[in-house]
Amino acid sequence: MKLVVNGTDVDVSDGINVSQLLVERKVRLPDMVSVELNETVLLRPEFETTLLREGDRVELLYFMGGGRGANPL
Amino acid sequence: MELTLSDDQIDRYSRHIILEDVGVNGQQTLLASKVLIIGAGGLGAPASLYLAAAGVGTLGLVDADQVDISNLQRQVIHHTSDIGRNKVTSAANKLRAINPDVTVNELHLRVEASNVLEIIRDYDFVIDGTDNFPTKFLINDACVLGNKPFSHAGILRFDGQLMTVRPGVSACYRCVFNAPPPPKAVPSCSQAGVLGAVAGVVGCLQATEALKFLLGLDGLLTDTLLVWNAKRMDFRKVKVKRNPRCAVCGEQATITTLHDEAPAVCDITGKAR
Repeated sequence: MKLVVNGTDVDVSDGINVSQLLVERKVRLPDMVSVELNETVLLRPEFETTLLREGDRVELLYFMGGGRGANPL
Repeated sequence: MELTLSDDQIDRYSRHIILEDVGVNGQQTLLASKVLIIGAGGLGAPASLYLAAAGVGTLGLVDADQVDISNLQRQVIHHTSDIGRNKVTSAANKLRAINPDVTVNELHLRVEASNVLEIIRDYDFVIDGTDNFPTKFLINDACVLGNKPFSHAGILRFDGQLMTVRPGVSACYRCVFNAPPPPKAVPSCSQAGVLGAVAGVVGCLQATEALKFLLGLDGLLTDTLLVWNAKRMDFRKVKVKRNPRCAVCGEQATITTLHDEAPAVCDITGKAR
């Protein structure tokens, strides 16, 4: 199915949840990401329970400190 | 306003005064304004330099650290001869040299739950130029509880992000990021680093937001997270909203007092300590 992730059209497996999206998008440190789905920020426990649907708009927003934190990308 | 500009000030600020959105009145407003910069480092250096040059009348600088040689690649307010000096002293010297109109308050300390509300109280706007997540959340929560507008920013490698918060009006940092990442998720400082110029750009954007706020201009980065990748030279505005479930500014806020959390920090060898 097609999603819009960080403003870009991407193809992902059908019926995946948000945690699985982070795996497919190769996010190495999912704890360092906040996820906004259709302009609503998800709580971390909801990553597993939230199924994505065709056309959803997802923003992966990375924790950024001052250049001393870990690289989440 | 009873302040009038001297001839020197009219010359010094002429490029502001001829701007329709600033003018003499706007410049007088800046001279009467107070901005607090927390962190005299990669973000605070450019932010404070431009705010001093702009004639913001009172600048507060908060930092407990001393200048280290590894700072100089990006913290352009500090010179090689400042190594070992307190950062706030080093920075304040440069700001006063740039513009004697500016009063600089040197706060050689760390912001903590016990002092942050008192520190921010007398300022019109706060710039978060800190480098760790517990302090970023502490500043956010203090500014929300103290009803103080502020600029959040973060930088990492070739990326930067920025958001302006008007407490009770626009989304706060916690609305978007919920809570600090678990310390174990910040495992290796050796993976980090930042291009010095990225800190410069983002710090200047924070100064720009502060000036826009003080001048009452539209177009603040409220309800908007600006994310920038320098490699692709790609700026995106991500729309964010106030989060009804936010723990500090939501409908059933659970954070009503401030608490310290242990920050994960790095030493020079890149190991967490």
